[in-house]
Amino acid sequence: MMFRKTLLAAAALVAALAASPAPAQTLRIGLAEDPDILDPTLARTFVGRIVFASLCDKLFDIDKDLRIVPQLATGFTWDDPKTLTITIRQGVKFHDGETMDAEAVRYSLTRHLTMQGSFRRGEINSMESVEVVNPTTVRIRLKEPFAPFLAQLTDRAGMIVSPKAAEAAGPQFGTRPVCAGPFRFVERVAQDRIVVERFLDYWDAGRIHLQRIVYQPIPDSTVRLANLQAGSLELIERVSPNDVPAVQRNARLRLSMSDELGYQGITINVGNGPRAQTPLGQNAKVRQAFDLAIDRATIIQVVYNGMFTPTAQAVPPSSPFHVRSLTPPTRDVARARALLREAGVQTPVRIVLTVPNAPDARQVGEVIQAMAAEAGFEISINAMEFASSLQAAARGDFEAYYIGWSGRTDPDGNLWSFIHSRGPQNDGRYSNAEVDRLLDAARVESDPEKRIALYEQMYRIAVVEDRSRLYLWHRKNIVAHTARLSGFVAVPDGLIRVRDLRLAN
Amino acid sequence: MLGFLARRVGQTILTLLFVSVLIFGLQQLMPGDPALVLAGEERGDPAVLAQIRAELNLDKPLPVQYALWLQGVLTGDLGYSWRIREPIAAVIAQKLPVTLQLGLMAFVIALLIGIPMGILSAVRKDTLLDWSANAVGLAGLSLPNFWLGIMLILLFSVELGWLPPSGYVPLSEDWRQSLATTIMPAFVLGSGIAAVFMRHMRSAMLQALAEDYVRTARAKGLAERVVVLKHALRNALVPVVTLGALELGTLLSGAVLTEQVFSIPGFGKLIVDAVFNRDYPVVQGVVLVTAALYVLLNLVADVLYVLINPRLRHA
Repeated sequence: MMFRKTLLAAAALVAALAASPAPAQTLRIGLAEDPDILDPTLARTFVGRIVFASLCDKLFDIDKDLRIVPQLATGFTWDDPKTLTITIRQGVKFHDGETMDAEAVRYSLTRHLTMQGSFRRGEINSMESVEVVNPTTVRIRLKEPFAPFLAQLTDRAGMIVSPKAAEAAGPQFGTRPVCAGPFRFVERVAQDRIVVERFLDYWDAGRIHLQRIVYQPIPDSTVRLANLQAGSLELIERVSPNDVPAVQRNARLRLSMSDELGYQGITINVGNGPRAQTPLGQNAKVRQAFDLAIDRATIIQVVYNGMFTPTAQAVPPSSPFHVRSLTPPTRDVARARALLREAGVQTPVRIVLTVPNAPDARQVGEVIQAMAAEAGFEISINAMEFASSLQAAARGDFEAYYIGWSGRTDPDGNLWSFIHSRGPQNDGRYSNAEVDRLLDAARVESDPEKRIALYEQMYRIAVVEDRSRLYLWHRKNIVAHTARLSGFVAVPDGLIRVRDLRLAN
Repeated sequence: MLGFLARRVGQTILTLLFVSVLIFGLQQLMPGDPALVLAGEERGDPAVLAQIRAELNLDKPLPVQYALWLQGVLTGDLGYSWRIREPIAAVIAQKLPVTLQLGLMAFVIALLIGIPMGILSAVRKDTLLDWSANAVGLAGLSLPNFWLGIMLILLFSVELGWLPPSGYVPLSEDWRQSLATTIMPAFVLGSGIAAVFMRHMRSAMLQALAEDYVRTARAKGLAERVVVLKHALRNALVPVVTLGALELGTLLSGAVLTEQVFSIPGFGKLIVDAVFNRDYPVVQGVVLVTAALYVLLNLVADVLYVLINPRLRHA
C-alpha cells in the first residue's frame, strides 16, 4: 500500500518534470568533446573548428568537392609563385560593428604569425610579409613558393578577427571572440554549452535562417544519439558507425556521411632508437607480409559496421589529389608466408602493436592480431592511454603504432610531416632521399596534375616498396539530424556549416 | 569543545598541505608530456612545444613550480586552465553547486531507500522481506552505473519521453527543469549507496537488537516500535553516520561515470577531462577543493557522533 503510494507520487513528480521543448529556430548541436579556447590563433582542436564555422568567417572556404571558394575574399591571383594578391569583400562588419577591410586582414594574418602561443605559425610560416595595397586588396609575399598556402587560408589561419576587440582582450580574446561570421558569441559554460546568436549585420544574412545555436558537448555517443532521438538535440556529429542502422530506421531522423580528410593507419618504427631493431623495422619484406596478412574490409566490417573506406594512401577518394592507381592490397596469406620465408626470418615474427586505449582501437588490434597470426606473426597488443601513446611514439618507444590523422585540405598536410626525413611527426624516422626530393618538389608545384604525378612516384617508394607505414582506411564523418532540419551539406572536413540551414516547426 | 575544534583545524591545514605536495608529485609520474597534449596536432613542431613549456613554467625545476603554485593558492589564485584559459576558481565555482546538488540528491535518495530497508530487514530477519531486500541491495551494488544510466535514458527519455536525456539546468534558473535533469543521475548514484547503507544498517541493527538493554526494554513492556526506533536505532546509527560521511565525500568528489553518461557538467567530468588533457592546474585545484570537502565532512561526522551518542562526549 505504502509502496504503491510512493510509486504514484514518483510518477506524478516525473510527469510534472516532463521535458519542455526549446523555442523554435534554436539549433542544438551535440558535440563529441568540449572545444578548447575559441581564439582562431590559439585553438587546437577539431571540435573547436565546428564552433568557429558559425562564429568566424575565413578568407576562403572549401566546398563539398574540396574546391577552394571565396568567403571574406572575393578572389585571388598569383602574381608570381611567391606573390599572392587577394581582393577583400566590401561592406563586411565584425560583430562589434567595426569594418572588415584589408587592414583587418593584415592584422589577423600578422597575429596568426607572431602572437605568443600561436598555433597557426606552423601553417603560414612560409609568409614573409603582408601589405595593404588599398582597403580591398592585400598582397602576401612568401619566402619561397609553397603550393599549400592558399589551402591554409581555408581554415583557422584564414579567419579574420576584429583588430579592436583582439587588441583590447589580448590573450583572453578566446573567452569572447569577435569575428565576422554569421553568428556572434553569447556565452560559454565550460563542459556544458556554447551559445551563439544570429548576427544581424552579417554580409550574407539572406542565407541565415536560424536564430540561435547551442553547442553541447556530450562525449558518450549512445547518449548523444539518445538526445537526438528524444528531441533534446537537433543535430549530432560523429555518430558511431554501429548506430547508423538505428538512425536509418527512424523516420524522424536523417543521416549524412562523407569521407574524412584524414586516415587511420599503422606507423612502423624503422629508425627511431633501439626498438626499430626488429625484423619488422629492418626488413621491407616482413612489412609487406604484415600488410598482406591484413584484410582491411573485414576489419571495417567487424569493428565499424562496414562504414569506412579501405585505403593505401593518405588522402581520401573525394580529394582531387587521390591517386587512383594506388589501391589497397588484397589479403594473401600464402604470399605473406612466402615473403617471410624469403626474408629468412624466424617465425612467428613477434610484433608489439601499440593502440590508443579506446574500445574500437583495441578491437582493431585484436582483429589484426588474429589475421596476422595465420601468416606467421605473433602480435601482442599494448593498449595505452592516448596522451601517453603520443609521447611513447615521439620517443621511439614503439614497434608498430595504430594511429590516425584528422587530415588537412591540402595533401601536403597529410604527407610531408609524416614521411619527409625532416618531418616533425615522422615518429618511425623513415628516411629516403628520393622521397624527400619528391615531397619537396610537390610542395612548390602549382600544377595539380604534376603534383599528383609527384605524389604517385613518392607513394611507389615510401609505401608500396618500403611500407614505411600502412594506410588502413578513411573514416566517415557521420552526422545525424532531425528530419525537420534541411539544407545540411556534408563537406569532407566534417564541419557543420550553418548557411542555408532551416528548421521547420 | 573549543580545544577540540582548534586541534582539528590545525590537523586540517596540515592534511591539505600534505595532499597538495602529494598531488603535485604524483602528477609528475603521469605518463604523457602535457606540452605534447596541449600542442594537439601541432605537436610535431619543437618550437611550439618549447613555447608551451616556457609559458606554463614547465621548464622550471619542480620545487619552483610547486612554490609558484602554492604562492597563488595562498593568495586565493588557483591559476588558469591551460586548455580553456579561464580562471580555475571560477570554473570550480561553476561546477561545485552542480555536484553539491547532485550529491545531496543522491544522498537523500540513498538514505530514504537504504535506512528503512535496513531496519525492516533486520526486524524481519529471515523472512521473504529480508531476502528480497537483500536481493535488491545486491543488485543496486552490482549494476554498473553507466549501464543503469543508459537504460534509464532509453526508458524515460527515448521511449517514454518524460525526462530530458542529459544536460543540466541550474536550480536558480528553473527548479523543475533542474530536478528533471538531475533525478535520473541522482537515482543512479543513490541506488549504489542505498545498498551499502542497507547492508550496514541491517547488521548494526541486528547487533543492537541482541543487546541486553533491548531485552530490558522489551521486558519493561515497551511497544516494539519504541524499542526498535528509540533504543536500538540510536545505537545502530553511529557506524552508519561514519559511513554516510565517507559516502557523501565520495559523492562530492564527483561521480565520474554518472556525470559522463548524463553529460552533467560537474566535478567528475571536470577532473576526468583535465586528467586526459593533462590540464594540471585544474587537476590540482579540483583535488585540493575535494580534499578540503572531505576533511570538513569528517569533522562534521565527529561532531554528529557526539550529538547522537552522549557517551562519546567523555571519550
